[in-house]
Amino acid sequence: MTETPLIGDLAAPAAGSALSGARIGVVTFPGTLDDRDAARAVRLAGGTAVPLWHAATELGDVDAVVIPGGFSYGDYLRAGAIARFAPLMDKIIDAAKSDAKLPVLGICNGFQILTESHLLPGSMIKNDHLKFLCRDQVLRIENNTTAWTSDYAAGQEITVPLKNQDGQFIADEKTLDALEAEGRVVFRYVGFNPNGSRRDIAGISNAAGNVVGLMPHPEHAVEAGYGPAHTGTDGLGFFTSVLNKLVGGK
Amino acid sequence: MTEVTQKFNIDTVEHAAQTPEQELPWAELGLKDTEFEEIVKLLGRRPTAAELAMYSVMWSEHCSYKSSKVHLRQFGEKVTEKMKEHLLVGIGENAGVVDIGDGWAVTFKVESHNHPSFVEPYQGAATGVGGIVRDIISMGARPVAVMDPLRFGAIDHPDTARLVHGIVSGIGGYGNSLGLPNIGGEVVFDSVYQGNPLVNALAVGVLRHEDIRLANASGVGNKVVLFGARTGGDGIGGASVLASESFDATKPSKRPAVQVGDPFAEKVLIECCLELFKASVVEGIQDLGAAGISCATSELASNGDGGMHVELTKVLLRDPSLTPGEILMSESQERMMAVVTPENVAAFEAIMDKWAVEYSWLGEVTDTGRLVIEWDGEKIVDVDPRTVAHEGPVYNRPYNRPEWLDSIQADSFTGSVQDAGRPQTPEELAAAVVELISSPNMASKDWVTNQYDRYVQGNTALAFPDDAGVVRVDEETGLGVSISTDANGRYSYLDPYEGARLALAEAYRNVATSGAKPLAVTDCLNFGSPEDPEVMWQFAESVRGLADGCQELGVPVTGGNVSLYNQTGGVAIHPTPVVGVLGVFDDVARRTPSGWAEDGQAIYLLGTTRDELGGSEWANLRGHLGGKPPVADLAAEKALGEILVNASRDGMIDAAHDLSEGGLAAALVEASLRFNTGARIGLDELCERDGIDLFTALFSESQARALVAVPRSEEIRFTDMCTARGFAHLRIGVVDAASEALDVQGRFSLPLAQLREANDAVLPKYFD
Repeated sequence: MTETPLIGDLAAPAAGSALSGARIGVVTFPGTLDDRDAARAVRLAGGTAVPLWHAATELGDVDAVVIPGGFSYGDYLRAGAIARFAPLMDKIIDAAKSDAKLPVLGICNGFQILTESHLLPGSMIKNDHLKFLCRDQVLRIENNTTAWTSDYAAGQEITVPLKNQDGQFIADEKTLDALEAEGRVVFRYVGFNPNGSRRDIAGISNAAGNVVGLMPHPEHAVEAGYGPAHTGTDGLGFFTSVLNKLVGGK
Repeated sequence: MTEVTQKFNIDTVEHAAQTPEQELPWAELGLKDTEFEEIVKLLGRRPTAAELAMYSVMWSEHCSYKSSKVHLRQFGEKVTEKMKEHLLVGIGENAGVVDIGDGWAVTFKVESHNHPSFVEPYQGAATGVGGIVRDIISMGARPVAVMDPLRFGAIDHPDTARLVHGIVSGIGGYGNSLGLPNIGGEVVFDSVYQGNPLVNALAVGVLRHEDIRLANASGVGNKVVLFGARTGGDGIGGASVLASESFDATKPSKRPAVQVGDPFAEKVLIECCLELFKASVVEGIQDLGAAGISCATSELASNGDGGMHVELTKVLLRDPSLTPGEILMSESQERMMAVVTPENVAAFEAIMDKWAVEYSWLGEVTDTGRLVIEWDGEKIVDVDPRTVAHEGPVYNRPYNRPEWLDSIQADSFTGSVQDAGRPQTPEELAAAVVELISSPNMASKDWVTNQYDRYVQGNTALAFPDDAGVVRVDEETGLGVSISTDANGRYSYLDPYEGARLALAEAYRNVATSGAKPLAVTDCLNFGSPEDPEVMWQFAESVRGLADGCQELGVPVTGGNVSLYNQTGGVAIHPTPVVGVLGVFDDVARRTPSGWAEDGQAIYLLGTTRDELGGSEWANLRGHLGGKPPVADLAAEKALGEILVNASRDGMIDAAHDLSEGGLAAALVEASLRFNTGARIGLDELCERDGIDLFTALFSESQARALVAVPRSEEIRFTDMCTARGFAHLRIGVVDAASEALDVQGRFSLPLAQLREANDAVLPKYFD
């Protein structure tokens, strides 16, 4: 890549080379679609993307993991339900729960896999309007203390693409109340709830804040001209957040 | 079933030779008596049941192009050496391949899946996407985008919602699951498509020059392998009894002839094929589409060394009760056939195992010149593969100009009964603009396109509703391509020769409007029954028009598809030649979006406006279809294209939108709504210069026109360029962000909110 645009106080190339030491794994399952996009987002943010294969039995040398979007195993049984049993997922679950608290980001199908893995609570069902929907979606960052949101301001509104068929986040009232009380609702839909998600929730985290999942696609808003019109790079902060945390210990 | 199975099983070549009198169901399989006689002559005996199955599908209209071939030759004959400059692979392969520079190539093609989509909308449309994507993979390319030109019956017909819901969700369900951005297409409503919706699917792929793969089986002793999904009973006779006949209410449902898609299997197949190509372990490859194994074996063999030996019991089946004939005809999806050298067998199997793709070794390449297929060691097919794949029947069908055409062409819209009360006052004109943009064809198609993923792969630079879809090919340099598909059935109905040239002109103009240099053409020719001489005349004229037009514009046809028999009872669809044009950008960062966003920029109208309302969207709204379509002035299109491409490359324009259906009125509204930015427009000077009334200025569909937004700093340079090229250009207004309205000065002002509401509400009203 040439002329990688960076955001925040990171100036190329010094900061770029400083961050490139951070290795972020991007998992590919059969049916994963946005793996190359997630890897590109990692590179554009200045990090090093490491391809991970679902059947691998070791996580290898990675400092964080992105589980990208797509239709793993065709979503045939239930979105994320089969991918959850991939050998690599056991390693990711262990590392996410360990003291090292491996940062894990699940996007769309990745979010569905994280709930199926019980790293995150709740579940996704079919959109309330029953159609696949692709649109530029406004989100509010409700919690900027997670591993993946620290480069944003609390309450900041960003626009990133949303595209899914099974995006309606549901959980029982008790769980939803607990998520709210513990500040684990990380993203909320603003202006328009595109799928009927409870309490407009677009994404959540675990209690430690290292595991984050959301339905919209920050990796599709990292490069001017190839994302939402006029606001194309709002998603880059996800990736710089984790890189800065890994490199700078922020 | 049991009885049939036994009959097929025992019908060996030997048995066929001994039982010349045995009755065969050739008519039910769609063969004509003369064709059956020809098969008997070729073989010197009656065909076996399996051979009959193969010939019946391969000699179908869909696979053999028997009615269209004599006309399609013009695409080859009218191509000059200069036009072939960028062509790496031309017509005849799975898809054409075009050189776009820096060692990169692009392959693209549009195909129809009309008949299956009417019978079973979701699966028909889904497998249309799947089929065209496999054509692209077969060339060695990574698919990077799809587009879908769709035509439905009247928006308020009770059956239209069934088709729209099924077809749109089928395209989305399949394409979205493959990770292919859907970057454009068309959605048209017209009652002529009521019983015959058109579902055309275009796919584009990218590859390095050295990665081009062709469908041939060379190298005696090389192994033939079938991989991907298992073979089932779906889609049997899809190409023959479904795609090559008209619909008729008296016949039984043809649903079993529609294939069932599995997009997950196809996604895995894409990745697994790309890994095979990268590892260079396949010699030749062919996708399985229409006519399934019959097509793949006969085409691979006849394109290669001419012989192949296959053991059919090795085919992995979903349904073990399938007969050999059914296995040969099945159009089960997500299958590929490849030719592999013995040394590469292990490497091939390792890649299959990695992706958990099933495969079976069926046989090997021979030098016998015969395609021999055995069933458990007994010979059931022994044919010259060329007679199956390439030397099928060719018909020079009679055609004649319809007698009704003269009176239709004489019935111009201007001055007609339907033109009485033409809007003239400011209030009437404002109401007419709102009526136009809230008509089914001009309404926002977001309801459809929002069901498609336009972002996946991260290279989409423009997508619907921009004039063309644009994707980046090379992330380092920004090299990329632009594609648009267009057709206007009403224009072609009024004048098929001119209609084809108009479809080409619009697609060419759209690509140039996005800023790309047009390079190549693909086409999907949708027509009624070739057995009707008037339909055949429409077809012949369309092909002649398209071939002539391509020659005038200097862009070659690289491949495409013909869909005939789009008629129910005796009524054919309008002739609908869908033309796809592909263009190239050195850097897609220079692409031009279709709407303006910068306050104060000057708005220019390029081109000349005449009284050309024949076949127009406005005439359609008034229930009139007559007169002549607009004139296709391809020299003007070429000049306009050069202006748009140069202006984009040199940063002289920030927005451009072509004028087509709905004329200037539609273009002004669309360019304003694109980024929700208003404009102040004055049209008096235009009316005076072109000698037209305000209504004609707004609603005429004269060709070779475009709107552009020019930064103040570039105005002199831009107008100098237009002047130097002798191209009509007129400053008609200015971008006015504060106004939040489309203001035609001295006449009417329409708030953008009102236009948006009118434009957005139509499809949800009918389909939600």
